[in-house]
Amino acid sequence: MKKGTIGIIAILVLIFGMGGCSYNSMARLDQDVKQQWGQVENVYQRRSDLIPNLVNTVKGYANFEKETLTQVIEARSKATAVNVDASKLTPETFQKFQQAQDGLSSALSRLMVVVEKYPDLKANENFKELQAQLEGTENRIATERNKFNESTGNFNREVTTLPGKLFAGMFGFPEKPYFKAQPGSEKAPTVQF
Amino acid sequence: MNFQTISISAMNKLKLLITFSLLLFASIAFSQDIPDAPNPPRLVNDYTNTLSSEQKAQLEHKLVAFNDSTSNQIAVVIIPSLNGYEIADYAVKLGQKWGVGQKEKRNGVVLLVSLGDRKVFIAVGYGLEGAIPDAYAKRITSTIIKPEFKAGNYFKGIDDGTDAIMKFASGEYKVDANDVVPGKKGKGSGIWIFFVVLGGILIFSLLRRRSYQHIANRGSGSSLPFWMLMNMMGNSGGRNSGGGDWGDFSGGGGDFGGFGGGDFGGGGAGDSW
Repeated sequence: MKKGTIGIIAILVLIFGMGGCSYNSMARLDQDVKQQWGQVENVYQRRSDLIPNLVNTVKGYANFEKETLTQVIEARSKATAVNVDASKLTPETFQKFQQAQDGLSSALSRLMVVVEKYPDLKANENFKELQAQLEGTENRIATERNKFNESTGNFNREVTTLPGKLFAGMFGFPEKPYFKAQPGSEKAPTVQF
Repeated sequence: MNFQTISISAMNKLKLLITFSLLLFASIAFSQDIPDAPNPPRLVNDYTNTLSSEQKAQLEHKLVAFNDSTSNQIAVVIIPSLNGYEIADYAVKLGQKWGVGQKEKRNGVVLLVSLGDRKVFIAVGYGLEGAIPDAYAKRITSTIIKPEFKAGNYFKGIDDGTDAIMKFASGEYKVDANDVVPGKKGKGSGIWIFFVVLGGILIFSLLRRRSYQHIANRGSGSSLPFWMLMNMMGNSGGRNSGGGDWGDFSGGGGDFGGFGGGDFGGGGAGDSW
């Protein structure tokens, strides 16, 4: 009888030990993802901060297409309205966030295509600087999204493989969503004159 | 019913497997396309033989001196082709892979030139984004580098371009104990404290030996090997603690101390000629 209880206690200790270890590594990887999510939000914020300046510069040009500008402004307000808490990265909220931001991306790229029709604007120093900043911000977004996917990959590997898989549900660590490439982003926008 | 749930979870697993294998594949493809960090470490890396060896040595010398005085690392990389990469993406990934810049300050810059694509890009590490904003990087590439490259003066373009980068970046950081620069052992100050303490102990034991001869006679036999042992440990620690301190191997050219593990977040700008 006594042997049996000792055995059970030993097994329990082993399970607790394993659970503790795997909790620690899951919590650590979870923190990495959250931190990286902060960086992603940062660079998106940076982009939305640039837009009022950009819109004002472009607006100054006579008979610039109002429609394209309005689309950018609308897409921006939609994008800033969607905020995702780092601890609630569910696939649904994540998809909403990505949709809103991708909407802004495509509105901006349409704007840049339209700008091609205005050589004066393209030569404007202020606009050139803004364009460089916007390009840089898009590069930053791509980089931080990449890093986010990497840290999410590490986290998901931990919670979907053993021994993490056994404890992930118990400690409340669901799999996290990835950023996906924008549908149609591999194609260059068509220019119509 | 039961069968259905099983098949769904099997589907999920299959999806997961496919995702992971894709990720793995992507990482393999990534590591094949971007060249490995040069060994011995160099700041000027011309994979196209566009620059003469004197020009390379001159640039290397200039950039190493800049690294020694400011700890900012500027890597110049000339490649034949981007293999379909966006130049910004390539430059950032190369900077991350090589670890250009110091780890703590993340103060690296990659000046990437792709001859086949006629494109140039300045990737700026996180820590220098304030000193070299994208608009400045854009200005350097389009007003300084581009005109020279158009005329075929690759060396002049790179030389003037790196001068401009150095002008913006200098003053942002000072060299400190954790930086990877040659002729300077990392954590050197720690070793000095160790020697000062050791010296204190030595003097103390000498004083004791004067006043208590009989104790010192016993003590000196054991204290000398202890001292030598600690001294040896101190020396070896000093040589290894630099975190990639290659200063002793001066063969590669220019005495560059090695990349420090910097990181990039997509800052910078470029142009095509």
